[in-house]
Amino acid sequence: MTILEVEGLGIDFGGLTAVGGVSFGVGSGEIVSVIGPNGAGKTTLFNMISGIYRPSRGRIMLEGRDITGVASHKLAAMGMSRTFQNLMVFQQMTVLQNVMAGRHLTEGVHVLTDLLGLPGSWRRNRESEREAMRLLELVGLERGAWREASELSYGALKRLEIARALATQPKLLLLDEPAAGCNAVETQEIDGLISDIAGTGVSILLVEHDMKLVMKISGHVVVMDQGEKISEGRPEAVAHDPRVIEAYLGTEAEGAKEHASG
Amino acid sequence: MNGISVRTATLLALAVIILLAPVLFPSSFYYRVGALIFINGLAAMGLVVLVGYAGQVSLGHAGFSGIGAYACALGPVHLGLPPLVCVALGAAVSGLLAFLVGRPILRLKAHYLAVATLGLGILIYMVINNEGWLTGGPDGMTVPSLGVRSLLKGYGIKVTSSEMWYWISGVVLLAGAFVALNLHNSPAGRALRSLHDSEVAASTIGIDVARMKLTAFVISAVYASVAGSQVALMNRFVTPDVAGFMHSVELLTMTVLGGAASVLGAVVGATILTALPQVLTVFEDFEHVLLGLIMMLVMIFLREGLVPSLARRMRRSAP
Repeated sequence: MTILEVEGLGIDFGGLTAVGGVSFGVGSGEIVSVIGPNGAGKTTLFNMISGIYRPSRGRIMLEGRDITGVASHKLAAMGMSRTFQNLMVFQQMTVLQNVMAGRHLTEGVHVLTDLLGLPGSWRRNRESEREAMRLLELVGLERGAWREASELSYGALKRLEIARALATQPKLLLLDEPAAGCNAVETQEIDGLISDIAGTGVSILLVEHDMKLVMKISGHVVVMDQGEKISEGRPEAVAHDPRVIEAYLGTEAEGAKEHASG
Repeated sequence: MNGISVRTATLLALAVIILLAPVLFPSSFYYRVGALIFINGLAAMGLVVLVGYAGQVSLGHAGFSGIGAYACALGPVHLGLPPLVCVALGAAVSGLLAFLVGRPILRLKAHYLAVATLGLGILIYMVINNEGWLTGGPDGMTVPSLGVRSLLKGYGIKVTSSEMWYWISGVVLLAGAFVALNLHNSPAGRALRSLHDSEVAASTIGIDVARMKLTAFVISAVYASVAGSQVALMNRFVTPDVAGFMHSVELLTMTVLGGAASVLGAVVGATILTALPQVLTVFEDFEHVLLGLIMMLVMIFLREGLVPSLARRMRRSAP
């Protein structure tokens, strides 16, 4: 079963085409990766799918429902959550509170109960705390739960964002470069974590630079270059696709041409 | 330290200060200064919710104080309502106005939002100042008594007006602190505080950013309104200045000076900005210069505000 279906999705910024028209799908429980060189339009694609940008053309379907142009806070209620390439952690909260904030949809908004500190407020707090601790254990941050989020290392913050996104109980999780800026050990930890999450039945769409990580864990790879999809398929097939190699490394002929003209 | 103990500690500290401060008062004049501090502290606490928790700014909150104050002046005369009902009415009108105006205004960010709220405050001030047939215009109008003192006299208890307002505003301040502290570590409070750091991230975890901003705006408007009502009832007189731009700036400065996200900071900020001018009258002409200098020094060296900066230093020096 397909959970996410993207059809001819594209966006223009002031007459400049950032993403042309990209189509692909994510199956239930599958890990799909979007790769491509810098400026290929991967994050722009992500921002359209997660409702931050409004696409100029194309359609996005989540579990068969058209969600094109739906605001991101409504998408979260429909089962989609995401992380960010340049971290967007709530710096003024503790690690635990960050994850508890992700439980917003389950907690609901009961302002008067919360203002008066009625038992309902405490009960929801306790439930959220328990669930948040469980998620922190899953990402391996339970020991720093009471620390200020701003005190964590870069790799730990990446895992914190994943825990916060998981707190919304998503069916589809969008991860924007989860291993960017992480060292080899951290990358390996995140690698295992993503596989674990997929194992619980959550579908994952991944944007990633780290080719090794992508090849190891994803079942399906979409390759983008200059705003277009240039290849798609199983990781090992994509890796040997001449168009992909060209996009990443450039061809010899092109290099020679540049040499001659320069 | 976890959330519960911070809440209890802050409430205890405030209660002790309110109870014991009168011991140091050389004359009953100081009860009046104390009451003013507590009333300003309440309005500043409302701004803690808006500025410190939700990360939005307002340069027009005195406008809501004006609504609360004039509700207590106009309600008894025109509607025949008892003063306490007028306090509630003022709070309801302020909350409703904040709700209606907040939706379009809060879409704006940072300095645009500041200018829009500034406009709102000036608008309320202009209405109060210009509609003389209703509000008495710049001359102001008298406010009926709350009637508590005559009630107490019936039981043979005699207190001065300043003493009575010291205790009333102290209790209201404690109640305001209780509510603001409850909010801080509650589900709704976390949603508000998430806006402060990243609206985009907040929306991706399902938080309706516009709705939560509006919630903070309405809560802070009610705080400002109740503070305005108290000033009017204590002074038995009200002028348009209560809604003026300078008062909005004062309230915001109290909040930021004490530490925008700190409930205790709001009271510390209110204390400094209310009490210092009384102390500095000795320096006469230099009063404003000194006040400005103190504020600049605090903002340069203790950027998070007095209470959070000092708390951090104490924690660091502790073993």
